[in-house]
Amino acid sequence: MDLDRYLRIEDVGMTFETKKGDFVALERIDLTMEIGEFVTLIGHSGCGKSTLLNLVAGLLRPTDGGILLAEREIAGPGPDRGVVFQNHSLLPWLTCYENVYLAVERVFDEPNKELKKRTHDALALVGLSHAESKYPHEISGGMKQRVGIARALVMEPKVLLLDEPFGALDALTRATLQDELMRIVDKTGATVLMVTHDVDEAVLLSDRIVMMTNGPAARIGGVVKVDLPRPRDRLDLAGNRRYIELRTTVMDFLYRKQLRQAA
Amino acid sequence: MSAVPAAVPAAIPIRASGPHPAAAVLAARADAAVARAAKPAPTGYRRARAPEWVLGALAALAGLALFVGLWALVSKQGGGRIPDPVTVWDAAVKIFSDPFYSKGPNDQGIGWNVLSSLKRVGIGFGLAAAVGIPLGFMIGRFRFLSDMAAPVIALFKPVSPLAWLPIGLLLFKAANPAAIYVIFICSLWPMIINTALGVRQIPQDYLNVARVLNLSEWKVFTRILFPAVLPYMITGVRLSIGVAWLVIVAAEMLTGGVGIGFWVWDEWNNLKVEHIIIAIFTIGIVGLLLEQALVLLARRFSYS
Repeated sequence: MDLDRYLRIEDVGMTFETKKGDFVALERIDLTMEIGEFVTLIGHSGCGKSTLLNLVAGLLRPTDGGILLAEREIAGPGPDRGVVFQNHSLLPWLTCYENVYLAVERVFDEPNKELKKRTHDALALVGLSHAESKYPHEISGGMKQRVGIARALVMEPKVLLLDEPFGALDALTRATLQDELMRIVDKTGATVLMVTHDVDEAVLLSDRIVMMTNGPAARIGGVVKVDLPRPRDRLDLAGNRRYIELRTTVMDFLYRKQLRQAA
Repeated sequence: MSAVPAAVPAAIPIRASGPHPAAAVLAARADAAVARAAKPAPTGYRRARAPEWVLGALAALAGLALFVGLWALVSKQGGGRIPDPVTVWDAAVKIFSDPFYSKGPNDQGIGWNVLSSLKRVGIGFGLAAAVGIPLGFMIGRFRFLSDMAAPVIALFKPVSPLAWLPIGLLLFKAANPAAIYVIFICSLWPMIINTALGVRQIPQDYLNVARVLNLSEWKVFTRILFPAVLPYMITGVRLSIGVAWLVIVAAEMLTGGVGIGFWVWDEWNNLKVEHIIIAIFTIGIVGLLLEQALVLLARRFSYS
């Protein structure tokens, strides 16, 4: 298998049919990810970055081009892609444990004992063993998002898809969860595609940052390779010259080249 | 507390500095702050005030007392046509001392009458739920079915269920199934409408989760659709039972047999007005208990 071209987004276009005629959300998107890579999609809101993520997730079908994961075309949602939604999307009538177990049940054809172990392990990985029997409304926003990550990871997906996972959290919780995510990704070697609009988050976490132009008909406006050594520490990076350069490059793209007319 | 002495000298020079409006506002604020700080701690007030539920209970008791007072007054003015509260109370004590006697089909204790009515409501409602819930699911899920059902529901919903009674008598040729059938009809609409509404309200996020996790149809139903719709279904149950309990009294007056509605009619024929008043209270209390039980059930299944 071609591990350098693990995920291939090839000439993808997405047009939605609306009441006011066709709306071109994405146009001619080409992107390749290698295995174990961490790529973020960044852009102003409405630029179609979530649409692109949903295409990879299989929740939408592209109107042009195709997407291949491990040399197989994506034809719909599947457990080989773990999705973490922005608003956590945990089922409120299930405990944290049951929410994660729901994901594992379908994927692995194993005795019950193994499935239980997988669920416990996934929750332990995100540091939530103590909250297994709690319901989503009993835990904080950050903890809910951790359960969401555990639910995605427990399926042992080929790619982890994160749709602005920390967007709804306060700054301190967000920082903690970013560190946590880095630790988990280091440990599991996961391939991650993440949508964000937070420049610091993108530079801190990514191997590559894909910058998208404003919609409609959004395209990839540029790609920045983040050549900072790992493991990364947010405090050390704060004064790092290369970090500041990279950050400035992305900021420059977002706020000078792609400043929204309406804003 | 240390802030209070500091605020007082600060306020004086500002006020003294002249007629500047902003300064006056500041001074007024400083005064207010001093006044607020000077007040005793709020706990002192709270201790003196009665807890909220005591006030609520007192108000409820006052309302009931006022009602009984008015009743007694009306009874006195009416020259005894309407029995006074004491007479009714004595009769009630007598009736409820032996609620489960049975002397033939037309003379049974009030307990049997209430139970027969509840049984009719239960069967009629159970049938309505068995039909209405699946129908509601389908109507909520498929646009075409929803459009098909809309005119029928819109047409029959405002019809008094009692208008269906002759059809029931014609179909079943007996009073008891006809009464159950009327309950079925009146419970059906709220069950269908609320279940369908619940299905339509399921957040797209949950359905996306189902797709991403690749859940089986059965799991989608048991883990997502059913729990998401359950609160709406319970609302449907509450409305249905409420209407059914209203309707059964009227239906039984028309069909006869054993039941609280028939009992009211029977006592009217016997001119035992105090018994009719007892029946009214009994119907009210049973309805209240049903409502409360379902509210508790709804609370058990609400997620927030």
